[in-house]
Parts: sequence; C-alpha cells; structure tokens
Amino acid sequence: MTSKTTIPVHLDINGQHHTLELEPRVTLLDALRDRLGLTGTKKGCDHGQCGACTVHVDGERVLACLTLAAQAEGRAITTIEGLAREGEPHPVQTAFLERDAFQCGYCTPGQIMSAVACIREGHAGSDEEIREYMAGNLCRCGAYPHIVAAVRQAALEAAS
Amino acid sequence: MRDFDYVRPATISEALVAAAEPGSAYLAGGTNLLDLMKGGVTSPERIVDITRLPELNRIETLDDGGLRIGALVRNADLAHDPAFAKAYPAVAEALLSGASAQLRNAATAGGNLLQRTRCSYFYDTASACNRREPGSGCSALGGENRLHAILGWSDACIATHPSDFCVPLVALDAVVEIEGKQGRRHVTLEEFHRLPGDTPQRETVLEPGELIVAIRLPAEAASFAAHARYLKMRERTSYAFAVVSAAAALTVRDGKIRAARLALGGVAAKPWRARAAEAVLLGADADEAAFVRAADAALADASPPGDNAFKIELARRIVVRTLMSALAGTPALMPALPASPFSSLPGVRHDA
Repeated sequence: MTSKTTIPVHLDINGQHHTLELEPRVTLLDALRDRLGLTGTKKGCDHGQCGACTVHVDGERVLACLTLAAQAEGRAITTIEGLAREGEPHPVQTAFLERDAFQCGYCTPGQIMSAVACIREGHAGSDEEIREYMAGNLCRCGAYPHIVAAVRQAALEAAS
Repeated sequence: MRDFDYVRPATISEALVAAAEPGSAYLAGGTNLLDLMKGGVTSPERIVDITRLPELNRIETLDDGGLRIGALVRNADLAHDPAFAKAYPAVAEALLSGASAQLRNAATAGGNLLQRTRCSYFYDTASACNRREPGSGCSALGGENRLHAILGWSDACIATHPSDFCVPLVALDAVVEIEGKQGRRHVTLEEFHRLPGDTPQRETVLEPGELIVAIRLPAEAASFAAHARYLKMRERTSYAFAVVSAAAALTVRDGKIRAARLALGGVAAKPWRARAAEAVLLGADADEAAFVRAADAALADASPPGDNAFKIELARRIVVRTLMSALAGTPALMPALPASPFSSLPGVRHDA
C-alpha cells in the first residue's frame, strides 16, 4: 500500500496547545491515547455505539472515535483529564464516587463526560429524561441505576 | 482504515473542484462514513472535509414562508431550535428519536439523507452484497432478515434506509437543494432516494461530485403543526433504528380530515410516502375506522422477502397509532422519550 503523507494538526486539549504530524486517517481518539498519552478517554467499540470515547468539542459531547483529529483542529477539546479544577474533582466525578456509579470503571470516563454535558444541556430533569439522554453510553456491568442516581444528584446540586 | 488525501476547502466552489477527482467523498459529521471506512466497506482516496464551509450552517425563513435548512446544520441544533420545533414538531421529534446525544451533536441534515441504505451483510465484507459489490449477490435473502424491507425491495437488495429525519420530511414535501458543476438544482426528497431495482449501489439521484447544500420545506409544511407526530417502534427503548416508524400530519375541521400526510420509515430502501393512504384520509371522518382503512392502503403492496412478515401488521398498527396521536394533537412539550409508543410520562418537561 502506498503511504500517504502526514499533515500537521493543531489541537487545543484541556487548554494546552499541541501540534502533531498525523496521517489524515488518525481519529481524535487515537491521537489522544496513542500520541498524547491521554488514556482516560477509552476505546470501547470504536464504531460509535458505546460512548466510552465521549469528549467535549467546543463544550459539546461528541464521539472521539468517529471524529478525525484533523476535523477537531481549532476547536476546544476537553477530556476527562481536563474536568478537575485546582485539584478538586468535578461535581459529577464526586457524584459518581458518592453514588457508587460504576463497577469495572471502563465506561466511566465516557459516562462522566456525557453526564456533564447532559446536565449543562438541561436534559437531566427527570430519571426518564436522564435515561434517554444518557442512552448513548453503555455500561456492560449494568450500573445504570447508580449512574442515573449520580446524574440526578449532580443535576440537583448544579441547580441549587 | 485505509489512508487518504485530506482536503479542507474554504468555499463551495473549491469543494466541488476538489470532489471532482474520482474516488472522492465529502465528509461532514462523519458518523456513517468514518464507520464504513473503518470496516473497509468503503475506501475513498480523497476526503473533502466540508465542515468549515461557512454558508451551510444556517436555518433561514424564505420570503414565501418556507424554510431552508443548511446542509451542515447539526441534528441537535435543528431539533432544539425552539422556532423549528414549534413549526415542525414531527421533524423535531424524529430527530430526537434518532441515534444518541453525542451522534446528534455531530450528524448533519445533509449527511442524514446520505447515510447508506444498509443491513448487517452490507457491513460484513465476507458476505455477498449487491449494494457494496454489484453483482455479488445478496446474503440477506435467505439469511437473517427479520428487520428488512417490506415495500419496494428487489431480489438484488432488501435493506432499509434507517433515517428518522427523512420520514416526516418526505411527508411534508421537503425538497433537496443540490449544487454541482452545472449549477444548482432542486429534487423532491420523495424522488431523491432510489429503490434498489437492479442497481442497488445507486442509492440517490446525486451525480458524482454533486453536493447537497440545503433542504427546503414549503410554507404549507408548517400548517400541520397542531396535529403532527412521529412514532418509532424499536427493539429497545432508545438508541436503536426503527423496526417500523411513521410520521403523520393532519388538518382537521368539523370532524373531517381536510389535509393528510403520511410516511413510513424502516420499511424500504427509502423514506416511504404513503400517498394511497393520504387519498383515503382526505375528506374522511377523523376517526379510527378511517385510520384503519388508511393503514390497509399504505401496506396494500407490502410483501415479506423473508422472516419479516410481522412488520406488515406492525406497520399497520403503527400507522393507526400515529394517526390517532396526530389527531389527539401535538403535545405542548416534547415527550421525555421522543417518538416512543411506550412513553409513560407525557408532558415531562423538555426544552424543545
């Protein structure tokens, strides 16, 4: 197979600027994990079906596995590593701990990134609404009842 | 994923030039294309990233009262636009019933039309698929086919187009605005997607290199706002394609149906406008008996290519249920479970 050339890609991740030389086919997920060592963002299905790779681009949740790194150029990217402030966990991270909202933990970074956005969007007004708007994040351990409780708790705290 | 040349044009005319090269593909949200590229189902030589084109992300009201949705308007932005959701509630409900919040933040209006008509054999490069590899056969015929088409299919292909968005759009006479080297042209959404026939690999009337720039809704589409619903039957509550879905829009005066629109999803290789059913409804009493007659008309030509005969009766029932819901009136608030026949809490707060 003929090798295509790499392109320079400028990425703004958690407030830090990075310039990478990438093949155009490199996804944002692979750039984060394999090139920048930001392995908090997980690769689950790699096909947009599980939500483990959820990150924020310009403040909105998207799937890093179905985004080319080149497409994210010039956008503000936030990963799970960028949520804490001054050493303090984000309130949603705290709620997940307090509500025991995980078992193996593999889906948890994606769940938390999705939950932060879900609350910000105003889609955490009832358990039914939380379930619907968190439907893009699968948990194979089946921790859903505790995840819903954590999102509800964090949403109530954000509203108070 | 095979590598490719990546270009990011700044204008529509630059994009058309870049995509004129054989083997080119436009990239917008990427939610379908990148997935297919990862599986080796499609392998473009050149990706033309149109996401930075400036003119295509607007929602505009036209002088004639119609609406023009730029091709790059994202599903989430369109569904949560308060004016849009008020005027075209069934379209907003369809959008919110599709995919997940993350995918709706990436997927675009134009890209939704161009997601591939597909089934699991299309994704599996070890299987025969006339759509992926013309002339290779169809593994779905005689295979696992309980979710496949019941209308408009051929022996060459029995896959369905999975869009929710397109179902109310085709019911409301949406028009696709297309830019090409020869200039701009308009095609109705009803004519935009092709039935498989002997050439399932040709899914739309787009010529190579042509670009969808907008989707238009005529002024009349907003006249159904008080009685418009989209219902979607899924194998799980959320985040799944339709087994069968329907969009219904009615105008009712003095108990009589003065105008009716009906379309089905999950039943064919294209969003399926049910014009025979609309003819049955026009002028009829607005009641369940008329809706049952309309459902029979909508499914009169249906036949199962395999183990999916249940979808015909299911589609009849969804048509009746959707028409009953439309008659009852568009909910004041978007249901917490958009388009769900099982939504247990009607009127739960929502921002749309």
